[in-house]
Amino acid sequence: MKKTIGFVLAAGLILAMAGCTKETSGGSWDWASEPKAESTGVTLNVYNWGEYIDDSDVNVNDAFTHLTGIKVNYKNFTDNESMYALLSSGAADYDVIFPSDYMVGKMIRENMLAKINFDNVPNFQYIDESLKNPAYDPTNEYSVPYTWGTVGIFYNSEYVDEADLEDGWDLLWNEKYKDKIFMFDNPRDAFGIALKKLGYSMNTENPDEWQAAYEELVKQKPLVQAYVMDQVYDKMINEEGWIAPYYSGDGIIMMDEDEGNTAIKYFVPEEGTNLFVDAMCIPATAKHKTEAEAYINFMCRTEVAKANAEYIGYSTPQTEARKLLDPSIGENPNFYPPQSLLEKTEVFITLPDEINELQDSLWIQLKK
Amino acid sequence: MMKNRSAAAPFAVWMLLFTIVPLGVVVWFAFTDAAGHFTLDNIAAIQGHLGTLAYSIALGALATVICLFLAYPLAYSISRKTERVQQTMVMIIMLPMWMNFLLRTYAWMTLLENNGLINRFLGLFGIGPLGMINTNGAVVLGMVYNFLPFMVLPLYSVMTKIDSRIIEAAQDLGSNGWQIFRRVVLPLSMPGIVSGITMVFVPAVSTFVITKLLGGSKTQMIGDTIETMFIGQAANYNVGAALSLVLMVLILLCMAFMGMVDKDEEGGLVV
Repeated sequence: MKKTIGFVLAAGLILAMAGCTKETSGGSWDWASEPKAESTGVTLNVYNWGEYIDDSDVNVNDAFTHLTGIKVNYKNFTDNESMYALLSSGAADYDVIFPSDYMVGKMIRENMLAKINFDNVPNFQYIDESLKNPAYDPTNEYSVPYTWGTVGIFYNSEYVDEADLEDGWDLLWNEKYKDKIFMFDNPRDAFGIALKKLGYSMNTENPDEWQAAYEELVKQKPLVQAYVMDQVYDKMINEEGWIAPYYSGDGIIMMDEDEGNTAIKYFVPEEGTNLFVDAMCIPATAKHKTEAEAYINFMCRTEVAKANAEYIGYSTPQTEARKLLDPSIGENPNFYPPQSLLEKTEVFITLPDEINELQDSLWIQLKK
Repeated sequence: MMKNRSAAAPFAVWMLLFTIVPLGVVVWFAFTDAAGHFTLDNIAAIQGHLGTLAYSIALGALATVICLFLAYPLAYSISRKTERVQQTMVMIIMLPMWMNFLLRTYAWMTLLENNGLINRFLGLFGIGPLGMINTNGAVVLGMVYNFLPFMVLPLYSVMTKIDSRIIEAAQDLGSNGWQIFRRVVLPLSMPGIVSGITMVFVPAVSTFVITKLLGGSKTQMIGDTIETMFIGQAANYNVGAALSLVLMVLILLCMAFMGMVDKDEEGGLVV
């Protein structure tokens, strides 16, 4: 789940809306009929994002306890930074955590993660090959992907000429749509798009390329109606504007038949984009490592991955689970882009401090 | 004496833990670099943000002036009503404060948008759409709306203490309306004006969400810049703390200045 600026209330409303409209596709898994395991007396401490596990159709944690005899003490965090702060302070002992891509990289570098024994995670075989060995964990020893998604452009097909989509990211710089364009209100995503438009890496460490991206954003500013995060839902649905880059999984709410606007469509520009992953990891301080591996393995089980994918709305890395999803999702190239496009995506990795400082100061300069 | 001291102890502990210590931490960060060594670079870095600071002060001051002009006649007229009417009216002014600040600002966003309620209403008469959202005007409106009660309440509480007989006496002595206002009501309400200005100006200058929601986040106020420093990519606490410190000092100076004005006025009254 992407870090969104704390419009807690707005997000709450949207989550509530998502809860109401969530469809339950038939044939959910009847775990209770499987044999109950003896209690092991172990309680696993799991730290995940809010609303990020199925607890309705299939209560995943209850199912895990039923089948393994391991109790789950399940807690939520709201963003990577607060999760990181809590773990690095040593004030918590979690066994399984769900950091995003760049945070996994940061925690690996700071020796905060334990190597996973993949003999205990046989279901790792179901994980999509293109999501294995990612840039943030190149040898894939510390993390197992849990959900993923891409950044693309949502547009209102009634007002936006689909021929203009050929331009890819340039659509966000098209004078024709002046004042109808929204842009990310966070530097990493906004600069990422500008860098990609210029054909640079989103993770470039070359200050000149950042400067060039900044120039692009300055050029774009007069065309932008507003820099937004979660306000984008309301603004796109009410047709305040027509074009907005956003996260594939979150944006699905905009296209909802009841709550959204059916004229809204989504595409991923050909130049490539940011692919984001939330992964499962085991902190170096974990007290129940084997049980943690059992939990991660359980999350990769087909029935569980399917239930979670349906509940959360993000793309699942579990290939078998994907086949069981409704074809409007599972076969939808917006949520599961073709291999040719996936090859052009990049995962964010943590940038060096001096680049981050440059990025912040350019961002502040842009907003002057 | 002992009793008094022990009664104040929880407050003293609270102040120490949640005001004095955090302030100390802010000062510490402002004067050190990432490695913890003493430096003045952070304070010097403020030069790059003077424009933003001036912009914030300008918007904050404008919002404060508008609040004062709206709240003053309102507070005066409430204070001259019967007790029951007063209570009801104060309640109505307080009512919006029971709702969350973010939610209220979010509501203004949907009101002011081009396809928002106001423009749709004007559209019925063939007017508009007026470009209201994502402007400085919308930001000032958001501030005025959110902070108006902080201006009304101190003014009102001072004005209820103005004895009607004093006004009547002034009338008996032949003062016209303007003279009564200038010579009697204004000096007596000065403490309310001072605390009202302080209570509106301080949060208005340092506000940071209103620009995001109503200003389209196209221009940052100093509060937004400080936020970027703390939760941005680099998490530069040191410059963020230095900016906060400068803002605090500026606000303290404003308050000290206002306090001086207040004293002068009171002194003038005795004479």
